[in-house]
Amino acid sequence: MARVASRSEQYVTEFERFARTQGGSTPSWLGVLRQGAIESFGNTGFPTTRDEEWRFTSVAPITETTFARAQNGFDRAAAALSRHDIAYVGLDRVSAAELVFVNGRLAPSLSRTEGLTGSVLVRDLQSMLSSRPGALEPFLSRAIEYQDQAFAALNTAFLADGAVVWMPANAVLETPIHLVFISSPEASPTVSHPRVLIVAEENSQARVVETYAGPRGQVYFTNGVTDIFVGPAAMLDHYKIQQESAASFHVARIQARLRRGSQFTSHSLSFGGALVRNDVAAVMEDEGADCTLNGLYLADGHRLVDNHTTIDHARAHCTSHEIYKGILADRARAVFNGKIVVRADAQKTDAKQTNKALLLSDDALINSKPQLEIFANDVKCTHGAAVGQLDDDAIFYLRARGIALDEARAMLIHAFASDILNRVRIDPLRAQLEEELTEGLRLKA
Amino acid sequence: MLSIRNLHVSANNKPILKGVTLSVTSGEVHAIMGPNGSGKSTLAGALAGRPGYDVTEGEASFDGRNLLEMDPEERAREGLFMAFQYPVEIPGVNNAYFLKAALNAARKHRGEEELDAMEFMALVRDKAKLLQMDATMLNRAVNEGFSGGEKKRNEIFQMAVLEPRLAILDETDSGLDIDALKIVASGVNSMRSPDRAIVIVTHYQRLLNYIVPDVVHVLVDGRIVRSGGKELALELEDKGYGTADVEPAVAR
Ligand SMILES: Nc1ncnc2c1ncn2[C@@H]1O[C@H](COP(=O)(O)OP(=O)(O)OP(=O)(O)O)[C@@H](O)[C@H]1O
Ligand SMILES: [Mg+2]
Repeated sequence: MARVASRSEQYVTEFERFARTQGGSTPSWLGVLRQGAIESFGNTGFPTTRDEEWRFTSVAPITETTFARAQNGFDRAAAALSRHDIAYVGLDRVSAAELVFVNGRLAPSLSRTEGLTGSVLVRDLQSMLSSRPGALEPFLSRAIEYQDQAFAALNTAFLADGAVVWMPANAVLETPIHLVFISSPEASPTVSHPRVLIVAEENSQARVVETYAGPRGQVYFTNGVTDIFVGPAAMLDHYKIQQESAASFHVARIQARLRRGSQFTSHSLSFGGALVRNDVAAVMEDEGADCTLNGLYLADGHRLVDNHTTIDHARAHCTSHEIYKGILADRARAVFNGKIVVRADAQKTDAKQTNKALLLSDDALINSKPQLEIFANDVKCTHGAAVGQLDDDAIFYLRARGIALDEARAMLIHAFASDILNRVRIDPLRAQLEEELTEGLRLKA
Repeated sequence: MLSIRNLHVSANNKPILKGVTLSVTSGEVHAIMGPNGSGKSTLAGALAGRPGYDVTEGEASFDGRNLLEMDPEERAREGLFMAFQYPVEIPGVNNAYFLKAALNAARKHRGEEELDAMEFMALVRDKAKLLQMDATMLNRAVNEGFSGGEKKRNEIFQMAVLEPRLAILDETDSGLDIDALKIVASGVNSMRSPDRAIVIVTHYQRLLNYIVPDVVHVLVDGRIVRSGGKELALELEDKGYGTADVEPAVAR
C-alpha cells in the first residue's frame, strides 16, 4: 500500500512541474479542473485489487514502472515517422480527416483535414484550448466524476493533448474521422494522457475512429479519456481500435452522454497491450435514446485485458444492446464486467447484454460478471454469458474436407468474431481488423 | 484403390473394430450394412482420420499409400471423402467460403491452379442444380439450421464439388424422404466412374435400389461376417442380420 502511494506521489510531483509549464495562457477553469483532478488522484492513489472495480486486475505493472511524460521526445519521434510508417493503421482513402498524434502530441505533417466540409471541426485539443477555451469548458468541466476513477483523474490533471471533434447541428459526415495515437520509441518508458472530446450536436451524424498503436516490443503507457456528447436525434458511431505494442499498458475510458432520441454505438476492438483496461460508460440522459456496445478483444501470452462497461438507463423508453466477445490463448486473462443500471424513472427500458469468451488454451482464464441494477419495474433486461472452446467436431469436419488444422482453427475463430466484425460499417476498417485478427492468431501459431 | 487388412480400432480403450479386411477397386460401389453399434461409422471415421480412434492393429492403404499415417486433411486432399452420418453445424463459417477453401486446398495439393471466385461460383451453381439445391444455402453458414435432409444433401453436394476418388457415405440415406433419396441417389450415380470408388454405409435396401452396389458386406460386432453381391442386401432386409454370421464371410 505504501509503495502504491509513493508511486502516485511521483505523478503528483510531475503534475506540479507540468502545471508550471502551462503558465499564463491557461484559462482559469482549466487550472481549477486540473487541480481538482490531481487532488482527487492524490487522495485515492492508484486502485488496488481491494477495489471492487479492480478486483481481478492488479495495476502493479503500471505503478512499478517509471514513466516519463512522452512529449519530451516528441519532436524527434514525430520527425522520424512518415505516413508510410503508419499506413497500417491509416484509413487514408476513406476518411474525411485524419489527425495523427505521436506520443500524445499532434503531428501536423502526418495529419490532414482537407476532406472536411461545412463547419465540421476536427482539431487538436491544445490549439482549441488556446483559441476557443470557452466552447470547451461546459463539456470538459462536467465530463468527469472521477471520485473512483483514478486513471481518468490523472488524465484530467494532465489534460492538454488530444483531439476535438465537433459536429454542428444537422451536419452529416459520410466518411469517418480518424484519430491516430502513435507511441514512438524513446529511450525510457513514456506515458501519454490523450483526451478526446466529441460533440455531436442535434441531428448530426458522424463516425469517429480512434486508433492506438505503437512499435512492437515497446514499453509505454497510454492513459486516455474520450468524452462523447450525443445531442438530440444525433447519431454517433465510435470505434476504438487498440493495437498497442504487446509490452505496453493501455488504460482508457470512454464516457458518453446520450440525449433524447439519439443513437450511440461503441465498437471497442482490443488487440494489443500487456495490461489493458477499457472502460465504456454510457448514460441515457433522456428518453428514446439507443445505445449499442460492441466489443471484441484478443489476448495471448501472459497478457491481461479488462473490459468494464456501464450502461445507465436514467430515463424511460431507451434501448441498449451490448455484445462483447473475447478470444484468449496461452495464459492470457480477461475480465468482463457489464453493468446495466435501470433507474426508477426508466420505465420501458429494453436492455440486452451478451458476453462470450473463446478459450484457446486450458490455461487461459476469464472472470466475467454481469451486474444488473434495476430500480424500475416495467422493463425488459436480459443477459447471457458463455465461455467455450473450439468445437473439435467442427475442426474435424473442416479437416475432413481438406482444410489444414491451422486454417480450420482460424476459420472457427473468425466465425466466433464475425458477428462483431460484421457490425463494423467502414469496409476498409473491417478488412484491416480481419487481418489484425488473422495476424494476432498467427503470432500464436 | 482402398485396401484394409485386419484393422483393429479402439475408442477409449474399447475395441470396436476387431479385424476388418476389405478391398475396394476403383470403379466399384460397395455397400456396408450391419446392426446399430456394429462399427460402421467407426470404420468410416478411422479411414477419414477422425481423432479419438486408436488403430491397434492392421493396415489401411489408399492407392498404395499408408492412409493411417496421414492427417485427415491430407487424406481429403488425396481424394478421400467421407459424408458424415451427422454433419456438423458450423455457425459463422460461410458455406461457399468453406467449400472454396476445401476445393482449392485439394487443387493446390494436386498442383492445379486454384479457382477464383467466378470460376468457383460457376462450378458450384452447376452442382447445386444437379442436387436440386437452393443456391441461397451457399450463403448460409455450414449446415447451420439445415434440416436433417438438407444436411445430407449438402454432404453429397460437397462430394459433387470436390470430386473425390474414394467416397465413403455414412448413412446418407437416413432422414431423406423418397424424393430427396432419389435426388441424392442420382447425384451419387452421376459420379460413378471407372476411376472412382464409392462405399455406402446403410441400413436399408431402399437406397441400394437406386445405387446398385457391386459388393455388399455385412459388419457385425466389428468384423465383416459376410460379403456378397447385391442380392445379399435383399436377403438381409428379408431375414435380418441374424443369419449373417452363420454363413462364411466371402471377403476373408
Ligand atoms: N469414442 C467412443 N468411445 C467409446 N465408445 C465408442 C466411441 N465411438 C463409438 N463407440 C462405440 O462403438 C460402437 C460402434 O459405434 P459406431 O458408431 O461405429 O456404430 P455404427 O455401426 O455406425 O452404428 P449406427 O448404425 O447406429 O450408426 C458403439 O457401441 C459405440 O457406442
Ligand atoms: Mg453409424
